Parts: sequence; structure tokens; C-alpha cells
Amino acid sequence: MTRFLAVTRTEMLILSRNRWLLVATLIMVLFALALTFAGSAPTGTLGVDMLTVSVASMTTLSVYLAPLLALMISFDAIAGDLDRGSLSLLLSYPAGRGEILLGKFTAHLAALAFAMAVGFGTAGAVAAFFGGAGPESLMALARLILTSILLGAVFLALGYLLSALAKGATAAAGLSAGLWLVFVVLYDLGLLGAVVMDKGGTFTQSVFPWVMVANPADAFRLWNIAATEGVAMASGMTGAAQALPVWAAPASLLIWPVVAFALARLAFRRVEP
Amino acid sequence: MTDKALSIDHVLKDRGKTRVLDDITLSLASGQRVALLGHNGAGKSTLIKSILGLTPINGGTIRIGEATPGSAQARRETAYLPEAVSFHPALTGREQLTLFAKLSGAKADVPGLLERVGLSDALDRRIGAYSKGMRQRLGLAQVLLGQPKVALLDEPTSGLDPISRQDLYAIIDELAAQGTAVLIASHALTEVEARTDLIAIMRKGQMVADDTLNNLSALAGLPIRLKVRASVNADALAAELGGSRINGASVELLCSPADKMEALRRIAGMGDAVADVEMTPPNLEDLYRHYAQEELK
Repeated sequence: MTRFLAVTRTEMLILSRNRWLLVATLIMVLFALALTFAGSAPTGTLGVDMLTVSVASMTTLSVYLAPLLALMISFDAIAGDLDRGSLSLLLSYPAGRGEILLGKFTAHLAALAFAMAVGFGTAGAVAAFFGGAGPESLMALARLILTSILLGAVFLALGYLLSALAKGATAAAGLSAGLWLVFVVLYDLGLLGAVVMDKGGTFTQSVFPWVMVANPADAFRLWNIAATEGVAMASGMTGAAQALPVWAAPASLLIWPVVAFALARLAFRRVEP
Repeated sequence: MTDKALSIDHVLKDRGKTRVLDDITLSLASGQRVALLGHNGAGKSTLIKSILGLTPINGGTIRIGEATPGSAQARRETAYLPEAVSFHPALTGREQLTLFAKLSGAKADVPGLLERVGLSDALDRRIGAYSKGMRQRLGLAQVLLGQPKVALLDEPTSGLDPISRQDLYAIIDELAAQGTAVLIASHALTEVEARTDLIAIMRKGQMVADDTLNNLSALAGLPIRLKVRASVNADALAAELGGSRINGASVELLCSPADKMEALRRIAGMGDAVADVEMTPPNLEDLYRHYAQEELK
């Protein structure tokens, strides 16, 4: 059982050596701070504290950044070793493929969690210091950090899946960029188009919210928005959240990492180094 | 039969429509060193990957001791050095080998092993700064982890300088002495010649030879080459001996092993006309050419 921890330890070393951890954390801190200050204007008009507004802005940021940062580490996980010729060697050892994948996942998730916690935590602390915070907005911040880590976990696992399916690291990088574009940008655009075409018909009323929550990135957004009234108000996105049962978004975001990891494991089994 | 470290029995493997391994049978006893020779694409690496269980086979059986390829026991008992291996450039040699030691579950003296392969100076340097030969040595160090029953080395000498090659074969001898069966896939014929117990030659997925060097020579019936240097007239010597002139003063003739003494007696009988005689038995390269290209002729 300790074998996967050996892989975890090695992956941690790699992430800190190649500066991924440093750069990712820096990106998170900078963007979160910038959004917190840029988005602090509407506090007075909405009647909520600055941290609430800051969480609303950072939720939008995390929808883009968490998947991107996750895919940036995970695309190389299998394809990179395949390119280097070290995958066949790694797989000739007694450690199983599941253990190797789990070891990498643990390390990558820990690094992602660190970057998220430090980035959002710093921005949250700054917002609370300048504009005040309440128990509710602190809860919202904690929820933002935890759901961002979950969203990252989804895209880490999806990245492994692509890494196992691709013929090399370059192909895996390309596929990852495509995946990011589909889940984070095109999916929503498509839904928007469908809603406009539908003109408030049955699709918009009953199907649309479920299709939306099936996308982990949207489930993340919905969870954060639905849970806090203030955040929903600040983000101006209450309609879709109200059309769904409370458990829908959390369920989607919790099921996705498990399913994606299982798919990655299956794809990894078929890899012939 | 209990001494069989590795047995490969009528193994078949198809890749698409091509048969990449065609009825391969080979067995290695503990402590035996076997050279696996063949052109690029002859199926050497595929055979090694089948033994490791990394690629499935379509027929026949492979056993590592009693274990099937890819089983936990088989993976514990095999060591592998991939062709032109490379590791993550951000890690140091010590960290990489520590990972392998933990994965293998064996208690290992990591600095000791790295010293054994001549990497003690580069212990804590990043692999990204290693030369090709150093990476190859690091790969070799992980072969020494634990006490494998079978070691599979794919082109272990590629990228090594002559001194390193000597070291490599010393390590292979050590492995064999501790009872590990070593299979060495190689192109470097002349080194393998002196350093292995058995020679197996593959051609287009088939095993065309598998024996000791002496037996292979006898089986192939390759001629012994005699080079006779004339003291005065090479043409006359060539006419008398029935060989062909190869330069101004020398005559070359080929004879079978059985006729060797007879030919020597005739040459000796010619007295002063002969200045020198040089005899070359067929070497591995001739043998390899004979077996690996048989069909191409």
C-alpha cells in the first residue's frame, strides 16, 4: 500500500522542481487579488460585504483557471513517460497501474489544493481586511476553495484519460486544450444558443438546467451560487440555480471525479508501452 | 527442469496482419547469459515486452520460473533495462533510484548501487544534466535492485563508451554469478561473442538459431579462411593452392573445418615459397550474417 506514496513523493518533487507549484500559486494569488479589487465597486449598491463580492468574482475565475491548471499537470502524466521510454520500465515493477495513477493523482491534487487555498485564501483575507466579512461570506470562501479543488480533481482525471489515449505528450496537450475549450467555453455557448432558439419553451424550463449541471464546470458555478444568496445576487445568476434541486450541483461535482478517474484507469490499462 | 528461470514456448504474436513473433521457443537456465541478436525489427524488443507482460501474445506460453508474465510474482522476479531509456529530467539519480527501490519493495542500498555503476559523483545531480551513457548506467543500477531471477537488457551497450561497456559486462557477469538469467538483446556482436553462454538469433519474428557459438559454427559449416603470403610469386602460389590472389603477395583460400589440416599440410609442404600463413575461423559476425540473412540470399 505504501507503493503509491512513493510515486506521490516523486511527483511532488517534480512539481516543486519544475516550478509548477510556484507558478500556479502565483497565478492564483495574482488573479484572485486583481478580481477582488476590480470587483469591489458594487459592494455599496448590493448591500453585501466585500468578501462576498470577491467570492462571486473568484468563482467565475476558478471556472476557467481550475480546469486549466489541472490539465496543465495531468496531460503529461502518462504520455510523458511513454515519450521518455520510462513507462515500460515503470510498468515492469510490481506496482500496479492503478497504484501508479493513484500516486500521481494524490500528488497533483495536493499541489492543486495548495495553489487554490493560498490563492483564494490570500484574496479572501485581503477582502475581509478592507471590506469586512461575516460568517456567511467566510463559509462561501471555504466552499469556493473546496469546490475548486473538486473541479480540479475532475480535470486532473480527465487529463489522465486523454494522456492515456494520446500517442504522445504533444498530442495529449492538444487534446487537453480542446477539452478545456469544450467544457469551459463551447458548452455554455451551445446551451445559450439552444435557449435563445427555444424562446422559453420546455427545453428552457425543464431540460436546460439538467444539461447545464451535467457539465462539472457549470455544476461548480451553480453550487457556489445557489448556496449563498449574497453570491447569487452579486453574480446576477439566480434563475438556473433555482430550477434545480439543491443536491443536483454537488452530486454532479462529486460524481465526476470518480467517473473520470475510473475512465482514466480503464484507458491506462489498454496502454501498451 | 526446476532450474529454468525463463521458458518461452511456441510463442506467437500478431500485430495487425504481420506476425511479429512466429513460434518462438527459448529457455534460460539460472545464471545463464544469452545474447539475443537480430536486425532492427526482427522482434527482439517485442519478445522482451511479451516476457514482461507489457504486450499480450496470441499463442504459446511464457513462464518466469513458475509465474505468468505480468503477474505480481513475475514482476517481482524480473528486472528490465529498456532501450535508450530516459528518466524525468527534474529528478536526481538518487531520487529516481529510491523510487524504483520502493516500487520493487526491496531493501536497497541506493548510494551503493549508484557507486557500483560509477555514478557516485552524480548522485545528487539532476538527470537532465546526465549524458546518455550516465542515463544508461542509472538504468543499469535499477536492474541490480533486489535479486532478480531474470534480467532483460534491451541494447544495454548503446551510447556507452568502450570502458563503460567493459563495466557493463562485468556487472552482467556478477548478475549471472548470483544466479540471474540474463537475456541481452544486442547489435554489438563482437562484445557479445566473448561474454555470453548462448547465442539466439532472430529473423523476421522467427528464432533461426539458438545454441553455443561453437555449435552454431559447426552447424553453419562456414569455411575457415586461410591467408597465405608468398615469398616470391603469388600467382604461382595461387595456381598451386587453388585460392585467389587478394593483393600483390597474398593468396586467400577457404576450406571447411574438416579439410583444414590437409590444407595446412599442403602449404607446409611448399617450403620456401610460403612466407606466412594466417588462419581465421568464422567469427560471430560471419555466423550472424549466415543465420540472419539466410533467406535473403
